[in-house]
Amino acid sequence: MLEQNISSLVQKLRNKEITSLELTQSYLDKISELNPSLNSYITVCSESALAAAKEADIAIAAGTAGPLAGIPIAHKDLFCTNGIKTTCASKMLSNFVPPYESTVTAKLEQAGAIMLGKTNMDEFAMGSSNENSHFGLVKNPWNTDLVPGGSSGGSAVAVAAGMAVATTGTDTGGSIRQPASFCGITGLKPTYGRVSRFGMIAYASSLDQAGPMARSAEDCAHLMNAIAGFDPQDSTSAEVETQDYLTNLDQPLTGLTIGLPKEYFGEGLEQGVADAIRQAVSEFEKLGAKIKDISLPNLKLSIPAYYVIAPSEASSNLSRFDGVRYGHRCDEPKDLIDMYTRSRAEGFSKEVQKRIMVGTYALSEGYYDAYYLKAQRIRRLIKQDFVNALNEVDVIMGPVAPTTAFAIGSKTDDPVAMYLEDIYTLSVNLAGIPAMSIPAGFSNKMPVGLQIMGDYFTEAKLLNIAHQFQQHTDWHLQTPNMDKGA
Amino acid sequence: MSWEIVIGLEIHAQLSTKSKLFSGAAVGFGAEANTQTTLVDLGMPGALPVFNKEALRMAVMFGHAVNAEIGMTSVFARKNYFYPDLPKGYQTSQMDDPIVGIGHLDVTLEDGTTKRVGITRAHLEEDAGKSLHEDFHGMSGIDLNRSSTPLLEIVSEPDIRSAKEAVAYVKMIHSIVTYLGICDGNMAEGSMRCDVNISLRPKGQEEFGTRTEIKNVNSFRFIEKAIHTEVERQADILEDGGKITQETRLYDPEKDETRSMRSKEDANDYRYFPCPDLLPVVLTQEYVDQIKETLPELPTQKAARFISDYSLSEYDAGVLSSSRPMADYFETVTQTANDAKLSANWVMGELSKLLNQNQIEIANSPVDAKNLGQLLARIKDNTINGKTAKDILLDMWNGEGSADEIIDKKGLKQVTDTAAIETMINDIIAANSAQVEQFRAAEPDKQKKMMGFFMGQIMKASQGKANPGIVTPILMKLLKG
Amino acid sequence: MSLDKQDVQKIAHLARLALTEEDASEYQSSLSSVLELVEQMQSVDTEGVEPLSNPLEMTQRLRADEVTEENRRDAFLANAPSTEAGLFLVPKVID
Repeated sequence: MLEQNISSLVQKLRNKEITSLELTQSYLDKISELNPSLNSYITVCSESALAAAKEADIAIAAGTAGPLAGIPIAHKDLFCTNGIKTTCASKMLSNFVPPYESTVTAKLEQAGAIMLGKTNMDEFAMGSSNENSHFGLVKNPWNTDLVPGGSSGGSAVAVAAGMAVATTGTDTGGSIRQPASFCGITGLKPTYGRVSRFGMIAYASSLDQAGPMARSAEDCAHLMNAIAGFDPQDSTSAEVETQDYLTNLDQPLTGLTIGLPKEYFGEGLEQGVADAIRQAVSEFEKLGAKIKDISLPNLKLSIPAYYVIAPSEASSNLSRFDGVRYGHRCDEPKDLIDMYTRSRAEGFSKEVQKRIMVGTYALSEGYYDAYYLKAQRIRRLIKQDFVNALNEVDVIMGPVAPTTAFAIGSKTDDPVAMYLEDIYTLSVNLAGIPAMSIPAGFSNKMPVGLQIMGDYFTEAKLLNIAHQFQQHTDWHLQTPNMDKGA
Repeated sequence: MSWEIVIGLEIHAQLSTKSKLFSGAAVGFGAEANTQTTLVDLGMPGALPVFNKEALRMAVMFGHAVNAEIGMTSVFARKNYFYPDLPKGYQTSQMDDPIVGIGHLDVTLEDGTTKRVGITRAHLEEDAGKSLHEDFHGMSGIDLNRSSTPLLEIVSEPDIRSAKEAVAYVKMIHSIVTYLGICDGNMAEGSMRCDVNISLRPKGQEEFGTRTEIKNVNSFRFIEKAIHTEVERQADILEDGGKITQETRLYDPEKDETRSMRSKEDANDYRYFPCPDLLPVVLTQEYVDQIKETLPELPTQKAARFISDYSLSEYDAGVLSSSRPMADYFETVTQTANDAKLSANWVMGELSKLLNQNQIEIANSPVDAKNLGQLLARIKDNTINGKTAKDILLDMWNGEGSADEIIDKKGLKQVTDTAAIETMINDIIAANSAQVEQFRAAEPDKQKKMMGFFMGQIMKASQGKANPGIVTPILMKLLKG
Repeated sequence: MSLDKQDVQKIAHLARLALTEEDASEYQSSLSSVLELVEQMQSVDTEGVEPLSNPLEMTQRLRADEVTEENRRDAFLANAPSTEAGLFLVPKVID
């Protein structure tokens, strides 16, 4: 029962072959069984999930159910959920219960989805391995000695290990795509502005974007139908019409032009990953696509530009965590400064503090032009690279990450090595284009993700391409053997 | 040494919007603590700002009023610093691309001359909350009702050379923003606050001296006093061969001194950068032109019109146009009474006296302009005389009705019927034969003085209702026999 | 670009983060290595390239001036570490 896709689950719920209550209970059971070892959930909402499932069954029986009625999902713990603890995996917010709801979670609730709980992540979405959480690291279900990727590691693991039908994630520099790749699932980072950021705790406002993580492109399309769209509460939300992301999935790919940037296949790319990607690309050729070699010459610059822009915005976004209105406050502050400095030093992990300091430095007097403005100029060059490339080809493909999942603890001492992991994903956020990660084979017995990058607001096209691949391959149907792995 | 005073002003005018700059919370003074806040104003995690249309319109209006360039693309920036009344840890303001650019204002000084003060810029920003210093077990309380209230910060060039000029400039800005209806101008409630930058330089020197900034001065009188006090302090230091420290100071009106605000010294690297939660505000020429067309008549234009249309003196026109409620009141009175000079005298005289005595704004006057106009119309048509009118105004002030109602009720209609007046005079002549004899025997120039006695008798008999203009010739004729 | 300990303390103070001596040396090296990484940017000529702060280069939308929110003070105060009489309490503020 746990290996079903959303379309067939919706069908079975409508045909009364199963009830949402049974379905939800079976996922809660799976969470009880696996979460102690994988640690993918910070909060499990058993009671409210079962209550919502009962209501969904009633709504289904009455014929008033939404498109996702009764489907159990989970949310990354940085989407504010009314009355439910939202921690951002930080000590700072370990007791924070928002009295308001994010647009993403509200829309999924409206569509009838059942919230199983809140998933683990790198604190404040800062990290690529999910080792940086106040609530403990998350393990990769394919091999529990390895990281699941980050920052949406908990969301990726929940899907991969069958602890949720689908989950939400956020992607600031690869935080949906890289864990999806490491855990062998499908993830979509939509165009910047496609999905509302309202109620989503910000890391870097001009880069953050929420998106779905699921087994397949089709399941992602189901979630996109619920969450995409204009939100008047978010000034950066795009007033661009949405599409029904399910209707175009079956379009054939004949005539599709795929660009392969040479920079994505250079030094540092693991051989097994390169082989899997080449193999996947040739699969697309069989489906009628044409391949073209292209170049994104400024790719390398995306790392330094990103590590100026993201920390700069973060240093300001995280200033609100001051121990005044919510969040951690140190014991017995002796004065204001003491309250600020100790509350923040105690509430934030070292990685978060480090990024805050990098950003503070980059914005400070005398350095602003050399760092922040320079990074913004490079950002334009990177965007222009994609615009030029996408004038020649329909989509761009390449690996999501240079390697498969790496060992827990192997990169924690060398932050810069960790940052280099993001080389293939960061540029997409800087440009704001949509991109997916889909399972495309294995290397060293670990899943490899293929990245598909498209033009602005072409999510439907990306989902169609991914779906066609998944109709002809079964990589996305592979699941970790938890008896052996855990 | 002889010093030249150099002053530049930053005026924060709170815009009269219904809701906040970036949220749908109500704006208002005096509400219970933290009851006018949303997640945006409280800086809750995940909260996002959306810009208020009306605040934009108001800022553009102001730009037109000071002959300024309008920023066709303006950008909100974050000013980062930590303070408990600043919930997000940054203030959303404008830095490199403000909504209003370079402009100027011609300020009329007391001696009638005009001084041009340059406007450097005016930008939109959100206000912070308030720290309450009453003792809560040794702690302070934070009220964020004011957080995210829209402010327009108006920055002048350092063109001002005296406290008097500074006050005239602030008054001018005050009357402009209230004329435009974009700020209620209530300084006591903090709707308009001034930061005064002051420095001294030896007369004739080009280069500016080191300046200090006096924060949050909130009345015209305090602006003048704070400047005098600070100028004196700086001059003392400089005369003794000392140096001025560039710093932020606070004016204490009770002690009439300025003192250093050490708490503000700490955080002067504000790390401005464009706010990534807001996008550039881009205006069309059509929008900007449209707002220009809706601009109301401004104080100087109005004063000029009062002089040409109503033949008022420059002084009267200046006083009557100084605030929009005053000007509107005057114009309504004039239109009803149909006598500009009479209306000007009464608005500036009797009415202003009553308003001042009772500390009431003209907009809230218990006697509205139309009613005052009707009262003055009764003077003009000889129904009552000026003295009676003053008494009636008092009755009107106390809510006893309109001028006509009071005239009717109290029978105050002036007697203009010549036959009735002749009868009255004949009665008085008959009753005072001795005085009449004396009058008839007197020299003509003495007779004039003696008229006063008879006039008094007539007024007494008529209870003040006899029209002196009609009485005098008849009395003269009958006395002479 | 490498930072000395004093730089680190200055940045930490601006960011309101309390650092021990030990923290400061740790951050000194980790911040320096990030700054070294970032230094690569300086090799590119960006003369004449406009900074890009929003990927879509959209413009700000305007909200009608309407009061849309009700008073929810108690719900908001519920998360605060210290409150009294509807106020957030903090150590004494000295102007």
